[in-house]
Amino acid sequence: MTTTTLNHDEAHHHDMPTGWRRWLFSTNHKDIGTLYLLFALAMLFIGGASAMLIRLELFQPGIQLLDPDLYNNLVTNHALIMIFGAVMPAAAGLANWMIPMMIGAPDMALPRMNNLSFWILPAAATMLILSFVVPFFPGGGTQINTGWTLYPPLSVQVGMSMDFLIFAIHLLGISSVLASINIIVTLLNMRAPGMTLMNMPMFCWTWLVTAFLLILVVPVLAGGVTMLLFDRHFGTSFFDAAGGGDPVLFQHLFWFFGHPEVYILLLPSIGVLSHVIPAFSRKPLFGYKSMVGAMLTVATIGMVVWAHHQYTIGMSLGAVTYFMIGTILISIPVGLMIFNFIATMWRGAMTFETPMLFAVAIVLMFTFGGLSGVMLAVVPADMQYHDSMFVVAHFHYVLMPGAVFGLFAGVFYWLPKWTGHMYDETLGKIFFWTNVIGFNITFFPQHFLGLAGMPRRIVDYNMMFTEFNVISSIGAIIFGLSHLLLLYIVIKTIRGGKKAESRAWEGAKGLEWELDSPPAFHTWTVAPQIK
Amino acid sequence: MNKSGSGENRNRRTTLLLSGLVVGMFGFGFALVPLYDLFCEVTGTQSLSQRKINPADLQVVKQVESDRLVTVKFDATVNPNLPWDFQAATRSMRVHPGKTYEVNFVARNRSGDAATGQAIPSVAPWQATPYFSKLECFCFNKQTLDGNQQTDMPLRFMVSPDLPADIQSLTLSYSFMRLKASKNKTDLSKLLPQIARQSATENTLPNR
Repeated sequence: MTTTTLNHDEAHHHDMPTGWRRWLFSTNHKDIGTLYLLFALAMLFIGGASAMLIRLELFQPGIQLLDPDLYNNLVTNHALIMIFGAVMPAAAGLANWMIPMMIGAPDMALPRMNNLSFWILPAAATMLILSFVVPFFPGGGTQINTGWTLYPPLSVQVGMSMDFLIFAIHLLGISSVLASINIIVTLLNMRAPGMTLMNMPMFCWTWLVTAFLLILVVPVLAGGVTMLLFDRHFGTSFFDAAGGGDPVLFQHLFWFFGHPEVYILLLPSIGVLSHVIPAFSRKPLFGYKSMVGAMLTVATIGMVVWAHHQYTIGMSLGAVTYFMIGTILISIPVGLMIFNFIATMWRGAMTFETPMLFAVAIVLMFTFGGLSGVMLAVVPADMQYHDSMFVVAHFHYVLMPGAVFGLFAGVFYWLPKWTGHMYDETLGKIFFWTNVIGFNITFFPQHFLGLAGMPRRIVDYNMMFTEFNVISSIGAIIFGLSHLLLLYIVIKTIRGGKKAESRAWEGAKGLEWELDSPPAFHTWTVAPQIK
Repeated sequence: MNKSGSGENRNRRTTLLLSGLVVGMFGFGFALVPLYDLFCEVTGTQSLSQRKINPADLQVVKQVESDRLVTVKFDATVNPNLPWDFQAATRSMRVHPGKTYEVNFVARNRSGDAATGQAIPSVAPWQATPYFSKLECFCFNKQTLDGNQQTDMPLRFMVSPDLPADIQSLTLSYSFMRLKASKNKTDLSKLLPQIARQSATENTLPNR
């Protein structure tokens, strides 16, 4: 026990750097978590701006604002910034903040690597933004008009901006692989005495699986884009039929990464839900073990069904049947998670603060996205829906509720813990309703557009699609602007507000709520005993 | 954790293991290049028609369906690595299933140097592939054109009477690619004729 006080003194005397050094050289998991979250917030607005331009262009048929290549460049840019710049760093930010506090560890296992994995991100983001900007300059080459999937042969032919993008993907990959290694090492080795894997908080479980998925698939994507780089500059023919290669190979490499990526984006939010729903239902999580099992099943099957993104490439009947059945099978464990959440809410003493509102919205709307996913998994149906706006509606229904709303729920749930202030509940609720209503107005009509035959990734459309596109664009304006309110709420909460207690929510359980709000710079320097 | 020494060792071991996994998966990405070809070859998963060809079946004379007409369109493209012009002399024709027809493609070498190319056929819609048989085709062999030479390339074909009734039109497309003693990993002069032969046998009459 004497060591405890010593540790505390040390901590406060020479381990709390100030000014820019505090952030640039930070090895503190809380500071790095904050950096991740702020970075993600900035990227959310950049990616959101490109989405606004896309919807403005689609407000009316014909070509108003953007020429076709620029339109497709924006589509590419929007996807990559949102996935790699906003959602993944935000999830990593939550992991950095919460995992050590939840498992009673003083910090992440590899604090310096933690610093590196964050500070690679601004460089990667710069490269990513350059890849969008470069074609506007003389000699900058053509725009990246491939979409985020970067399929060759087109991606071999576009200008030098593709090289910026390839290196940006390398950097982003390195960053997330380093973060994943760190998280796994922390979770396996740094848990407080008495905390076994099977009574670890669910958010930690989801991140353990996510990190393993990242380690397994991100290097394959890195390999794929490296081959792309070689094909572009070094005369190889990995993807060039004229040299004995196969462009379809890239699609396999890409989706070998791309499909598990869906679960990488989804699972951390499932983890957040597993804390938010019990807290506001005032009941323990229903079916912890089945939840872990379901998650492992999803991750395992999710690794081997990637080609359902490629039904139209001309696979044999046997192959498409396998990928179809595998994909539909995933809906069983995912359905089990949803039922667990509903069972947790069942007869609970529920209250509907902002995090809980988002949680309920996820359970409803993610299920909806899952249903359209089962439609798309069915081969004969997918032959019609492929590359239509129906697909766009589907994956936004999966990724917005599944990933982003989960992150919003997490931010509102833990914001009092991080800042020590309660956020403004009224503003939070206004944000929720504008956000969710705006989201549904934007994306629901896109189902109808897709079923009626409107293709995705095309700047212009037939007159007969005008009405639904107008509705969708109006929704997008509401949806987009609502995020300014999020920014305002976050800033306001950081600057002040009602003082948060250490257990900010009445029903909240877990080690993180035993610490002060905001927690000290170093926490759990002596590990808590888990009974 | 209080046992700092052993904890740090454990962290190092786990980190190394995971880093090994990362390097392994990066390698796996590259290993997929040959594995993918191997997988497709072994399982035949890329060949849309699962039918095996019985050579004797090719000799069987089928009834000509004189009251049925199918549109066959011809399409010709050249890969940019070959400086040739390549066109179908006949763009489109109406054929009776079961009857043999002959059409010409015209190739001209735009450059002054001799070059060797290989034409790769494909049929759209792919469901029609096994019912389109090429009895004689310039794509069965590699073709060499001297500088500025122009030549006719004949194709004799038949559409099988077994062609499903809902297919009223099909397109045969050729892309010509250059064959050269390649510096690349794959020896094209072997590979391309092999692909062409494969699709040639695939495209023969179905075994019914």
